[in-house]
Amino acid sequence: MSDHPAAIVLAHGTLAEGLVSAVERISGRGARLLALSNDGLSGADLAARLRETMDATGARVVFTDLPAGSCNTAALRAVHEREGAVLVMGANLPALLHFAMHDELPPADAARAAAAKGGAALRAYPDPARAG
Amino acid sequence: MPVELHRVDDRLIHGQVVVGWGQPMDLGLIALVDDAIVASPWEQELYRVALPPEMEVRFASVDDAAREWYLWNADPRPAILLTASIDAMARLVQRVPAIRAVNLGGVHQGPGRRERLRYLFLTPDEERALAALAARGVDVTARDVPAASPVPLRDLLASQGAA
Repeated sequence: MSDHPAAIVLAHGTLAEGLVSAVERISGRGARLLALSNDGLSGADLAARLRETMDATGARVVFTDLPAGSCNTAALRAVHEREGAVLVMGANLPALLHFAMHDELPPADAARAAAAKGGAALRAYPDPARAG
Repeated sequence: MPVELHRVDDRLIHGQVVVGWGQPMDLGLIALVDDAIVASPWEQELYRVALPPEMEVRFASVDDAAREWYLWNADPRPAILLTASIDAMARLVQRVPAIRAVNLGGVHQGPGRRERLRYLFLTPDEERALAALAARGVDVTARDVPAASPVPLRDLLASQGAA
């Protein structure tokens, strides 16, 4: 496994740090992810920090927490400017775990698979549609 | 339905606007007033792409907004008007005297800015512009999210010494 993170998790407050910590605790693969926060940054400064981090690490996958949030807007800018980069919006722990566990895949493919996994993991219980 | 909030926020459309203010307001319309964004289809797409389907965003320059504000204000949907800068909001208020209140939602740190609140860093010019708005009777308050108490401009500038 590479020493460099393959993806950046960009989220509000300390959420990214918490998610990456949880990935590490569960899978031991937290090093696949790098946490960034939007705390105290303007939209322009946040986008600049993300660009710098992507270029310094070589990561071309970004996970954000909220589709209409400032993290997502910054990530849209950075991903749009970098060929082959992928953004996964609305990331959750199942999505990040799936990404972290699939380093045999190209990061962009793993990111798309993670998006599907994270979406499928979000369910309500009990589910009337599944009631017997 | 009148435009319910005229907000200065350098992040423009983001979580506090869409969720923090948007959900309790049942927000249906966002007027994003920015002279640069209105000239850039890509910038507009960037703000549209992740917006919930029940919310529409319209883009305008300050000049266009001065004309269209009356249409937005008559729109049946609850609306928020956003500018990224105090300068843009001040120019708009000058053109639309019917705007009687301005919300300072987020101006982040940068060169020449002084921290007034955790989410509000102002230059001396901006403080003068806000004071001028208040002198004209505009109610200027800082409030990032609805759950927070509004901070009147007077208290904001007095708390750490107005520039």
